[in-house]
Amino acid sequence: MTLPLFFFYVFSIITVASALMVIAARNPVHSVLFLILAFVNSAGLFMLAGAEFLALILIVVYVGAVAVLFLFVTMMLDVDFASLRSGMLQYAPVGVVVGVILLLELLLVGGSFVLPTGVEASATVPIEAGIENTRAIGQLLYTRYVFLFQGAGGVLLVAMIGAIVLTLRHKSNVKRQDVFRQTGRKRSEAVELVKVKSGQGL
Amino acid sequence: MLAATGIGIGHYLAVGAILFTLGVFGIFLNRKNIIVILMSIELILLAVNINFVAFSAQLGDLAGQVFALLILTVAAAEAAIGLAILVIFYRNRGTIAVEDVNSLKG
Repeated sequence: MTLPLFFFYVFSIITVASALMVIAARNPVHSVLFLILAFVNSAGLFMLAGAEFLALILIVVYVGAVAVLFLFVTMMLDVDFASLRSGMLQYAPVGVVVGVILLLELLLVGGSFVLPTGVEASATVPIEAGIENTRAIGQLLYTRYVFLFQGAGGVLLVAMIGAIVLTLRHKSNVKRQDVFRQTGRKRSEAVELVKVKSGQGL
Repeated sequence: MLAATGIGIGHYLAVGAILFTLGVFGIFLNRKNIIVILMSIELILLAVNINFVAFSAQLGDLAGQVFALLILTVAAAEAAIGLAILVIFYRNRGTIAVEDVNSLKG
């Protein structure tokens, strides 16, 4: 067994085991933590396949952003998670049937296909040996796939605006500064000259 | 490219298939808890990404990695929107049980 193969088995076993714990853990906070473990180990799998940039992006984006977002929401919502787990065993048989069929089909497809010889030569964008992965992806992303890249940015922008608009809450009893009203104030509506009779006041 | 390390593409496809199945199984198993359902969807997308990267490495084609990057983007956007909807739903109804989400039923 070569060293990369050994690490492949280590990473993949931990990934699969923690994915199992994600769906089976009693406490959703533990689920999120196991999700982080699964992501980190599949980043190791990506690294073994030579996709270094994607591996590190996986850690930055998934572990740093998505999983922490899940953690925030899980801890923020005060939900009785035990009641959500009731009836779990009732649904398990259907899930097992569907899952086993799906797994068998996927393994059959994965185990039986044959790559024709010479298919590597027809690659759209061949991986060059001398150039590092990050540089190659950058050169590709900003030239050939620039519209896809911009589209991905658009998707993220729409998601960001959507999330902000959805969760924004206007409270009626909060006073806010209105700069336009403040600077657009006229003298006539702010100051009034009054003739005051002496000795009487207003 | 992969073959030099002793790892075949079949290894990666097997891991991807198991992760995908676990994700689908998780949706069935936790069908009351929408947070775990969202996490299962993340697992499914991760399995897809593993397949893309494996084929990219096997075929020596960088386009697969670019595609995996785009999937990563969509997954992040989906998680953000899903959790935002979850938060406002909890704010309105005080629960996140999927069975209670039937206000549109009429």
